[in-house]
Amino acid sequence: MTYAIDVRGLTKKFGNQVVLDRLDVTVPTGSIHAVLGPNGAGKTTFINVLTTLVRPDSGTAAVGGSDVVARAAEVRRRISVTGQNAAVDDVLTARENLTMMARLLGLTRAESRVRTDELLERFALDEAAKKRVSTFSGGMRRRLDLAISLICRPQIVFLDEPTTGLDTRSRRTLWDEVQRLRTEGVTILLTTQYLDEADALADEISVLDRGRVVARGTPAQLKAQVGSDIVEVRNERGVLVHELHTDGTPRDVIDVLSASGVQDAGIVTIRRPTLDDVFLAVTSETGSRHDGARATREVAS
Amino acid sequence: MTTIEMGTRRVPPAGNADLVFIDRSIRHSLRDGEGLLMAILLPVFMMGLFVYVFGGAMSFAGDEGYVSYIVPGIIIMCAGFGASSTATLVAGDLQTGIVDRFRTMPIRGSAVLTGHVVASVLRNLVATTVIIVVGLVAGFRPSADPLGWLGALVIITVYITTITMLFAAIGLVAGSIEAANAYGFVLLFLPYLSSGFVPVDTMPSWLQWVAQYQPITPVIESIRSLLMGGDAGSDALVAMIWCAGILVVAIAWSSVTFTRKAGRR
Ligand SMILES: Nc1ncnc2c1ncn2[C@@H]1O[C@H](COP(=O)(O)OP(=O)(O)O)[C@@H](O)[C@H]1O
Ligand SMILES: [Mg+2]
Repeated sequence: MTYAIDVRGLTKKFGNQVVLDRLDVTVPTGSIHAVLGPNGAGKTTFINVLTTLVRPDSGTAAVGGSDVVARAAEVRRRISVTGQNAAVDDVLTARENLTMMARLLGLTRAESRVRTDELLERFALDEAAKKRVSTFSGGMRRRLDLAISLICRPQIVFLDEPTTGLDTRSRRTLWDEVQRLRTEGVTILLTTQYLDEADALADEISVLDRGRVVARGTPAQLKAQVGSDIVEVRNERGVLVHELHTDGTPRDVIDVLSASGVQDAGIVTIRRPTLDDVFLAVTSETGSRHDGARATREVAS
Repeated sequence: MTTIEMGTRRVPPAGNADLVFIDRSIRHSLRDGEGLLMAILLPVFMMGLFVYVFGGAMSFAGDEGYVSYIVPGIIIMCAGFGASSTATLVAGDLQTGIVDRFRTMPIRGSAVLTGHVVASVLRNLVATTVIIVVGLVAGFRPSADPLGWLGALVIITVYITTITMLFAAIGLVAGSIEAANAYGFVLLFLPYLSSGFVPVDTMPSWLQWVAQYQPITPVIESIRSLLMGGDAGSDALVAMIWCAGILVVAIAWSSVTFTRKAGRR
C-alpha cells in the first residue's frame, strides 16, 4: 500500500510542552483524512510539520513519498496549504492574488492568465475578480485561498480548519469543492473541530487530543462508539436532565425514552453527536491508559 | 484547460520570485495613498520647517546658505521615515500568515523581503527627488558636476538600502505591526544627532563625540561635499564602510530571524 502521507512516531515539543506525541497517521493516496480535535490539540502544528514549516523533534513524516525534513524541496513541489487564517494579500485584487501565485510557481504570463480565469470561475469569484480582497467576506476569502492552493494542481492538499467561522452556505460550497478535488485524485488532509464536517467529508478520521491520537477510524466506526443520535430531555426550565443514545428512528427514540424511566419529558430534542460526545466516549474507553485528569477535559464547542 | 499536468511544476528561472515580489510591493506602495502622500509632503514640510523656521537663526552657513547645508540632512532624515514603513510591511506579512504560505511553495521564501526592500528604495528615491526640487526652489545652489551628482546618488541609494534592510530586520524580529513601529522609532532620531542640521562643533563636547562617530555624519558630509562640488574623500570611504557593515549585520540578522519564525504567528 502506498500512502500519500505516512507519519510514524511523530513528536514535537515547544519547550517542555509536548504538542505532538508519537503520532502515527497514514493517508492512502486519493483519500480524505480528517484530523478532528479541539483548540490547542495540535492540529495546526501537525499541518506545519507536514508542510515543512516546523521541524519535528523525533519520528518521521513522509509526504508524497519524500521526507518532510530531508527532502523538503520535493515535498513543496507536491503540496499546497490553506492555512487557518486565509493567507491572501488584502491589498491586491482576487485576480492579482492568483496571478502573483501562478507567476511565483513558474507559469508564464499567458499561462497565469488562463489559469487565473479558470479558477476565478470555478470558485465563483469572477464577478469580484477586480475588487481588493480587503473588501471580501470570510467565505470569499476562503474560496480565494483554496483557489490559490489549486493553481498548480497539487497532489496533496492541506486544509487547516477550512470552514471555521463560515456561514452554512459557504461551508457547503467548500465541502463541495473538497469532494470534487477527491474525484480529481487529490489526497486531502483537513483539520476540523466539527464532527459533522469530518463525517461529511472524510474517509478516515484521527481524533487528536493534546497531541495524541485518541481514536481513529471511519466516520461510521467512530459514531458507532457514540451511538448515532442523542435524545436530550430537558425539564420545564430548560435544564438538561437526560441524555440518551438512539439510532434516530422514531421507534427507537420512543423505546429509549420509555426504557429510561423519564417521567415528565418537558422538552425532547434529538441531535447529532458532536465532537464532545465522541470525546467523552473515546476518553472513557481509553481512560485507563491516560492519567485521570483526562476524563474531565475542556472541549471547545 | 491549460497544458500543465497534474502536480508538475516547471522550475522558474533564477530571480523569478524576486521579480514577482518586487511587482507586488510596488503595487502595495502605489495603493497606499496615505503613505505616498506622506512620502511627498514630509520632505516639503521638513524643508519648510528648517529653512523658514530655524533657518533665520542659522548664520554659520555663510555664502552657500543654510538651505544648501541642510539638503543632505533632510534627504537622510526622510529616508529614515520612508524606510521605516518597511518594518511595518514585513511585520504585517508575518502576521497575516502569507509568508508561511510562501514558505510552503517551491520558492525561496525570503525573496518576499527583496520586494519590500526594492519598493522602499524606489519610494525613497522619489522622496529624494522631491527634496532636491523643493530645495532648488527654496535656494539650494548645488555646484556638483555630473560625476559629483552620480557619487551623491550612489551614496544616497546605498544608505537607503542599508536602513531599509535594517528596518526589514526589525519588522521580522518585532513580528507585529505595533511592535515594529515602536522599535523603529529610535533609528529615526539619529539624524538629529549628526552634522545634518548644525555643525558638530556647536554641540556640547560629549554630544560632539556621538555626532562625530555615528554613521550618519560621514554619509551626510560626503553627500554635502559631492553636491557642493567638493571632494568627499575619506568621508565617502567611512560612509561606505559603515553602510557595508550595517548591511551585512542586517542581512544576517534577517535571514536568521526569517528561518526561525517559520510556522509561528
Ligand atoms: N510556536 C509555538 N511556540 C510555543 N507553543 C506553541 C507554538 N505553536 C503552538 N504552540 C502550542 O501548541 C499547542 C497546540 O497548538 P496548535 O497546533 O495551534 O493547536 P490547534 O491548531 O489544534 O488549535 C498549543 O498549546 C499552543 O499554545
Ligand atoms: Mg489551529
